[in-house]
Parts: sequence; C-alpha cells; structure tokens
Amino acid sequence: MGYKAKFRVWRGDAGEGELKDYTVEVNEGEVVLDVIHRLQATEAQDLAVRWNCKAGKCGSCSAEINGRPRLMCMTRMSTFAEDETVTVTPMRTFPVIRDLVTDVSYNYEKAREVPSFDGGDVKPGEFRMQQVDVERSQEFRKCIECFLCNNTCHVIRDHEENKEHFSGPRFLMRVAELEMHPADVADRRQIAQDEFGLGYCNITKCCTEVCPEHIKITDNALIPMKERVVGRRYDPLVWLGSKIGIVKRDKETPKA
Amino acid sequence: MTQTTVDAPAKDRARIPARTLRTDRYWTSPLTTFIVFTAWVIYATVRSMMGSSFWVEKYHYLTPFYSPCVSKACPAGAADFGRFVPDHLPFFIPYALISLPFLLGFRLTCYYYRKSYYRAFWLTPSACAVPDKSPARKTPGAYSGETRLPLILQNAHRYFWVVAALISLVNTWDAINAFHGKDGGFGIGLGTIILWVNVIMLWGYTLSCHSCRHVMGGRLKSFSKHPVRYWLWTQISKLNARHGQFALITLGTLALADAYVALVAHGSFSDLRIFN
Amino acid sequence: MTDIERLQYDVVVIGAGGAGLRAAIEARLQGKKTAIISKSLFGKAHTVMAEGGAAAAMGNANPNDNWQVHYRDTMRGGKFLNNWRMAELHAKEAPERIWELEAWGALFDRTKDGKISQRNFGGHEYPRLAHVGDRTGLELIRTCQQKIVALQQEDHKEFGDYDARLRVFAETTVTRLLKDEQGRICGAFGYIRETGKFVVFEAPAVVLATGGIGKSFKVTSNSWEYTGDGHALALLAGASLINMEFVQFHPTGMVWPPSVKGILVTESVRGDGGVLKNSDDKRFMFEYIPEVFKDKYATTEEEADGWYEDPDNNRRPPELLPRDEVARAINSEVKAGRGSPHGGVFLDIASRLKPEQIIKRLPSMHHQFKELADVDITAEPMEVGPTCHYVMGGVEVDPDTAAALVPGLFAAGEVSGGMHGSNRLGGNSLSDLLVFGRRAGLGASEYASATTVSVPESEIEAAMAEALEPYEREAGENPYTVHQELQQTMNDLVGIIRREDELEQAIEALGKLRERVQNVAVAPSAGASPKEGQGPAYHPGWHLALDLRNMMIVSECVARAALERQESRGGHTRDDYPKMSADWRKVNLVCRVRDGVVELKRQDMEPMREDLLSLFELDELQKYLTEGELPAEEKN
Repeated sequence: MGYKAKFRVWRGDAGEGELKDYTVEVNEGEVVLDVIHRLQATEAQDLAVRWNCKAGKCGSCSAEINGRPRLMCMTRMSTFAEDETVTVTPMRTFPVIRDLVTDVSYNYEKAREVPSFDGGDVKPGEFRMQQVDVERSQEFRKCIECFLCNNTCHVIRDHEENKEHFSGPRFLMRVAELEMHPADVADRRQIAQDEFGLGYCNITKCCTEVCPEHIKITDNALIPMKERVVGRRYDPLVWLGSKIGIVKRDKETPKA
Repeated sequence: MTQTTVDAPAKDRARIPARTLRTDRYWTSPLTTFIVFTAWVIYATVRSMMGSSFWVEKYHYLTPFYSPCVSKACPAGAADFGRFVPDHLPFFIPYALISLPFLLGFRLTCYYYRKSYYRAFWLTPSACAVPDKSPARKTPGAYSGETRLPLILQNAHRYFWVVAALISLVNTWDAINAFHGKDGGFGIGLGTIILWVNVIMLWGYTLSCHSCRHVMGGRLKSFSKHPVRYWLWTQISKLNARHGQFALITLGTLALADAYVALVAHGSFSDLRIFN
Repeated sequence: MTDIERLQYDVVVIGAGGAGLRAAIEARLQGKKTAIISKSLFGKAHTVMAEGGAAAAMGNANPNDNWQVHYRDTMRGGKFLNNWRMAELHAKEAPERIWELEAWGALFDRTKDGKISQRNFGGHEYPRLAHVGDRTGLELIRTCQQKIVALQQEDHKEFGDYDARLRVFAETTVTRLLKDEQGRICGAFGYIRETGKFVVFEAPAVVLATGGIGKSFKVTSNSWEYTGDGHALALLAGASLINMEFVQFHPTGMVWPPSVKGILVTESVRGDGGVLKNSDDKRFMFEYIPEVFKDKYATTEEEADGWYEDPDNNRRPPELLPRDEVARAINSEVKAGRGSPHGGVFLDIASRLKPEQIIKRLPSMHHQFKELADVDITAEPMEVGPTCHYVMGGVEVDPDTAAALVPGLFAAGEVSGGMHGSNRLGGNSLSDLLVFGRRAGLGASEYASATTVSVPESEIEAAMAEALEPYEREAGENPYTVHQELQQTMNDLVGIIRREDELEQAIEALGKLRERVQNVAVAPSAGASPKEGQGPAYHPGWHLALDLRNMMIVSECVARAALERQESRGGHTRDDYPKMSADWRKVNLVCRVRDGVVELKRQDMEPMREDLLSLFELDELQKYLTEGELPAEEKN
C-alpha cells in the first residue's frame, strides 16, 4: 500500500533553523520514526534524531508531531490521511542541539535535587511490603523518562524563568512516588512546595494527556501530593493537632 | 567558567514562528466549556436571586438552589432547618445563603473545575502545547500558579468538601420530603424522580472528590495496615476517575431540577404524577 | 594539535546499562573516581527492554529453590559449555544483588507474605524471576540510575559538586581503548555526540559494559546501540573473545508490521500460560522436546496445563523449553508451511487468561501490540517468530574479577563471554549484569589502586585520525547502504540455522563488505562547516560509519567461529552437523585480532570442579560429557 507522504521537518541548530519539506515513501504498518529513518538513509544522512528501542520503552524519540508532543516510534502513519502533511519539530521547551535533538539536561538536574529513597534501618533482604502498598508507586515507576510531560507543561514551556523553581510533572511525580513508597521514611512535603514548585502546577492535566505510558500523573501523583502538602502546611486543624501533640510530625527532609 | 568539551552546546530553543502547529480543532473543548459554564452561572445567579418559584407546596418539592431555605421569607413547609435570616435583605442575598457560598466554593476549588476554568477562562493554557495566553505571559515571572493569594486558597478545598457533604445530606432530606402526595401521604411524581437523580449525582460528585479520596485513605503510607480505609480508597478511586463527568452531570441535573421545580411552582405545567 | 580535553579518572565504565551502572556504583563505593560513558542518554540503555525478570534463587515462591538448583539450570541451559565458575558465582550471589536493589528503592511485585514475588520462566526449575509486571529491566536501570544520583547527592554534600567522584557522560561514544608502552590500558578515546568534539579519558582501569551485537542482524530485538562496540574495542586492544558462534535467537519477536519486526514479545507470556500454535491450531511444541529434556517436560496438554497450578505433580509445558529449542521449533513449523499469515506462528494468551489478568500481568505487551500492531492480545493471538536477541559470546574474562587478558581491561554483562555457555536462560541476564557488574567494579577498583598510567600522544593522534577518516573522505559509499547489506548477509547466511557452504559464502561476502566499510564517506552537515580536530555535531551518518567498523569485526568473529564449530549446541545450529558432540563441548573457540586480521583458535575448557560436578546425576552428565570427563569413582 506504499505511498508518498509529505513531511515537514525542523532542521537547524542553536535555535536557528526552518521547516524543510520532504516527500518520502511510506509503507504499511510504519511509524513516524521509520519515515525519519528513511529520510536519513536516503536524502538527509545528517538528520539528527535521538532514538533507541523503537518500541516505546526507552523514551528517547520524543518530538512534536503536528504540534502534539509524541514519541515518534509510537505514532503510526495510519493515523494520518495520505494527503496530510506531517510536521515534525523538536520539543519546544528544551534548547535545541540539532534538528530534532534537544538538550534535556534540565531534567537530569532536577532529578538530582529530589532526595533519594531512604529505607531507614532495614537491611537488604529484610524488606517486607504488601502488593497493595507498592502498587501506587509502581505506577509512577513505569515512567520511561521521555520528558514529554515536562515538555508540554506550560509552567516552563511558556515561562522559561520558572525552570529554576519548578521540577516539572516528571519529578513532582518522583516525589509522590517516594512519598507513597511503603518503605521510605523521609518527608518531602515541604520541599515539594518550596523547592520543586508544586504550587505552580495548575492541574490542567496536559502531562497526563501526553504520557505515552498512560500514567495518571495528575490524578494519582500531583493532586494527591497537593493534598499531602495541604495536610502539612495549609490545614489549620492539622496545625492545631500538631501544636497540642495529637498529630505526629516527621522530620523534614531538605533538598538534596 | 570557560566552556569545556563536555558542556552542552545548546542554549536556545528552536525558533518556530507558528504559535502552535496543532492541526486539530483543539479550541472546541475550551470554547464549549466557556459557553456552558457562563450560561450556567448566569442561570444560577438569576434563579437564586429571584426569590420565587422555588417551592411546590403540594408535593414538597424544593429546588436545590434554595436549600436549606433559611430566610424568614421561606414558606414554613420548605424551611425544615429553621428560618433565622431576616426578610427584606437586598435582592442579591439568596434565601439559601448559608449553603450557596460553600457550594460555589466547593466547585471553584474543585480540581476538575480548576482545570476547566484555567483552560477555558484563563487560557493557561487553553489546550496542551498551545501557548499560555494569560496576562502573566507578557510579564516574565508573573506566572505564579497557585502559590500566592488568591489562588493559594484553592488549598482549602477539603473544608469546602466537608460542608458540601453536609449540604448533600440536606439535599437528601429534601428528596425524601419530595415523596409527598397531594393528600398529604406518600406520593411520587416526575419531580420526585428528578430530585432523586440530582441528589444521587450530587453524592457521586461529592464522594468522588480528590480531597475525599485523600482523607479516606490516600494520605496513608501503608494500605495493608488499614484494610477498611484501603477498601474505601479503592471505591472512591473508582468514582474519582469519573469526577469530571460527575461535575458536568450535576451541572445538568441541578439546572434541570431547579427548572422543573420552578416551572411547576410557577404553574407553567403540572407535575406528572406516578403515584398519588 | 591535541587541544583535546583530557579527563582523569580511576575507573572508566563504558556502557550505562545494568552492568555498567552496577560496576560504576561499586567503583564509587570503593572510593574510586569513576566515569560512566553512555552512548545514549542516562537511563535509556537497552536493559530497559528486558521484560521478564531477574533470576535469583531466593526461594520466595518455592522454598526448595537454592543456588545449586539455579546452577544446574544454568549449566543445562548453556548445554554445559558455560564457564562453571561464573555460573557458580552467579547462582550464589544473585539473591544478594536483588535484595540490594530493594534497599535502593526498587519495588518488585510481592508475594502474599510481603517478599519479592518470583515467576516461572523457560529452563528454570522453580519460579525464580523477581519481576515488576513485564518491565523488570526498566525497574533495574531506574534503580541503579537513582542509586547513582543518591551517591552524587552524597558527593554534593561533601564536595559541593555532584560530579566530584561519579560522573555520567551521556551521548558519548568511545572509538578506541588507549594503551601505554607496557601494553596496559591507559584510557579511552571518544567523541561527544552533541558537539562532535573529541575527548580523552585517562584511566588505569576500563570496564566494558557495552552489551551485544544484534545490530549486525536484520531481524533483531536490539536497539541501534548494539553494534558490538565493546567486543570490537576489546579485540582491537588485544583482548580475546570466546563463544562468538553462540547467538541467541529469541523465539518470540513480533513479525508484523514490518517496521517492528524483531521487537521482543516477552517469555513471560508463555510463563503465564501462553501457548504456541501453528496454522492447524495445534500446540506443536510437544513434538519438539529433545532427548536431553524428555523426562522434564510434559507430553500431553492436560499435564502441561496442570503444571501452572500444581507444578509438583506435573511436568512443565514444552513452551517453556530453553529459548534455542523453541526458536528452532518455530523455524521448522514456518518452513513446513504451517506458519501464520505474516511468517510466524501464533502465540495465544487470549484463550488462556481473562482479559483483566492479561492486562494486569502483561501490561506492556498489551500496550505494545495495541499501539504498534493494532492487535488486542486479550482477544486474539499474537504472531511471533525468532529474532536475534543476545550474544552468549564475548570478552574472555577471569570469573572472579572480570579482568580480560589485557591488563586494566574488565568486562561485564552481555559483552563478556562464558557465563551463559551456548545458550542463556531467560532471566539470567539481569542477574548476570548485577553480579558481574559489581565484580567488575570491584576488580577494576582494586587494579586501579595499584596502577598509574599516562596516555602516549601517538595513541590519541591515531585514534583521532581514524575517527575523522570517513568524514574527511571526499567520495565514498553511503554507510546506511553498507549497513543494510551487512545485516542482510548476517541474517541470511549466519542466522538461526547454519550450513558450511553458506558460512563460507558469508565469510567471502564479509571480506568484500570490509573493503566497502573502509571506504564509506560522510557528507558534512547541512549548513555547518567542518572544524579542525573535531567531528560533526550530532551527525547520525558519521556515528554509523564509525560503528560499522565494530559490527564488521564482530560479524567476522561470529561467522568464522560458526564455520569452525561442527556440531549443534544452544545458539549454534548447524544443519550439516545436527548433533551435539561431547568432544566439542570441551572446546572454546577464541577470537583475536592480529594486525587487523581476525584469527580463531581452539582452547580447551577447564574441567568442572568436582563438588559442582557432583550436583548432577551421572546419567545426565553422560549426555553432555565425554567418557574421560565423568566423575572418577562412578566410571566403572
């Protein structure tokens, strides 16, 4: 069923560049990444693209296809009409290195600020956890770190200056994962608000919408985390309880 | 520091002139929300200030917009919770002034509604990967999300939820009263059914709330040590997945219940009776 | 001219998959200044593709399990060609390595009493694989990644610099290992993908953890990174490879649509009840149980189905035979005309489990088929066929320290050889990464403590000239074309079933390809002018041109070793020598490069230690060993 598709791909580096038009063969069952690879093998050897597993498991080939943040390997060509022009651009929130490849170091810097798992005094081999207790955090650990959620989040996408104080859905979810980890003993609620910018999130759910792993980031991580933060610092009853000693308070963990 | 070999070379984002390259009709959803919410707010404002056509004496139908009816102007049958608010207040003070502000607050601080109005009214953003159009966008650093007043007050959601749950009890009481026949005994009419559908949906909305999910069990670190709360949490989680649907459905059922009671009370048509 | 940046480390780990990260963690825990060089971004390594689990005899699911049973299974799976010391260390240490992950924050699926749950897998006598749904590899890599971050946070507290003692160089490719005048490793030379700039790592100890060679084959489950870099770097530095003829073809890869052909369908599908059927709707595996496994596998469907619930009184279903057996069986069915429409066979889980159970236990498979093939595996069977998955062969190492023959060189994970013999059991890879990753980190740290080196200028110049060659060549062939032909050649002539004439043909074809590889050219990036002393920034054509050298060398090793070994065993099936030979079992084929030419020689294996030999019954040993190797007291 092969046909010639019209593609527009952003080519350039250091910010400067343009959308270049290509006409390229498409065969049955192919995904956008296949077409990009065909471009590389034929007319654009130097077309820079980041990819690895081509099976939606590594989260490398994040880009924006017709303006929507997607994994190129998980976007089937059959979702487009044959006469439709498919536009592929790099993720907009991160600086571009070349063509479709962006500098995602922001994400790795934010990852380093989240205090790591703290298992307390339990020795390896002695952890006992129930399945129902690990499932919440397991959902978040499905994350393949494609950073599409951070890319699409308007807090940094549209407000570059917020990058300093906002870790993005990916790492707020990481905080939630650790907070719900049944064996973790640290308390990251204060820093979730003060250092990682949970309060900037206005729960417009775009992170959930673009997540290729279908993790319910907003409903299961961000909102429960907001509720936990309320319990820690905005709830007058809890505050009163802690003053008169009914509510026990954990030691707060500082930013790493 | 001088740049070394291993430093990242990129500093700038790709300069793409188009604001968005989305080709789908992404604006239909926020536009629909805008129209529906605006229309509903206008309707609800007008109705709650009207001060008439809210009570059908014959069948004990009280519209949820006037429940609990606590003004001295309320008819005795409609005021099961006492009439302690003076009559002759300015017209914009509703008869149900002890519930409506909280219901408004509950919905304004609701996580679902926040998403909807941030998208449809604030345009922050109107749709995913479409630039944020808030006024803040023009001044760097002005987007502060929910970190400052007034939006920091969104964190009071759980208190509004508690009050909303109490008001849902009142609405349930109203619906029980609506089993009232014309001879004073038991009766069922279309109005009764509408009030019940409304109150069931209200419970669906109230119980599926994110704060409720947190309070019931979400806040726990270990579920296995609290089997009952875990069970509650799983049930509420199921409802919670439909919280947005409940939020919209209840807008519909509230307006429907109110309009039906209003029209019957006004005498536009008579209630369709099923029994007595 | 050499204003190339030089960075000093104690230990340099090349590869950031499970083995590399584990090695780096260990080196850092030993107090060594450690660099991790990753061809991709941090956390994207191929380990994330591992689905089923990590085999470790913790005995959580069946208390009868212990390291001896695991050892026996591993040796059987590898058809006794395994380096027995590695198999022993692996079986003994795997549980500790898994528990350690838990202390770093990993969240495995649980048993009822709160321990780590273990699942069944092909070739394992008891449920043994610690797992997280079907994304165990992701959990492993993420846990190691987060442990590295935790260590960096400690360093940040102490030195104010996250990178003080442990640094990750993402998207950096090593093209040469550097050696000093005494023939010791003294560092590594590579380029930063993002800028095309060259960089030199000066270090006494280098750990190779680069994974496999699958990208030399057309149908493969491996990602683009799997170009045999570590294998080739080791050869070029003078080290040796063993067992390169043993390439595992995973029995179940996707066969349709064409663009995803080869992508893995986890063995857990079969472990959880999935069955293989041909176009006659017949469970054909019952006809393919080989003699050596006759008494261990069920002969009727009733017995096989009974095993899932009651493994003590039923034998295992033949779908769970070791991978080589299943892959060959599927190959035969397709050849006999009983294949599925797209040239595979049917893998059916839909008729065996309820949809909810399938989604719960195999979420990423469900997702993968839904998104990539538009197939709902809860409602219809999958079409599957063999795909190149893993190379058992690799760098010849010392089992205890992971040291290669060149001083200062270490190897762990898929790039090392010996552990898995002629065929790897599913689940043994993840535990291999951890056990030998740690040992390599330890070995390298100990070695580095006692050694100081300096890098000779000439080494750097030679490496730089080599890396720039395809870029500076005026005209030449497109690297993509040459790569596609190499893959086709290996797939067709050195694939799952091999024959002497085809292998000879392959070696001839590879010879011609080698010349073409030496002549590929890469055009400069559009709009960018070449800079003196550095390569082009993020130029995939250039990257491929450099990787081709590695794929080429490794392919030659595979083809030559495959021609030499005249028997069928595990991942090496010779049509013309279909039987396993006890005489060949004693022999490892060792591959080296001398003056740019691939050489092969035979090397006798060390006999198994007596206490390990005594773990097996005599009649089982007789199936594998020669008369002379059997335990002395029982021979008469």
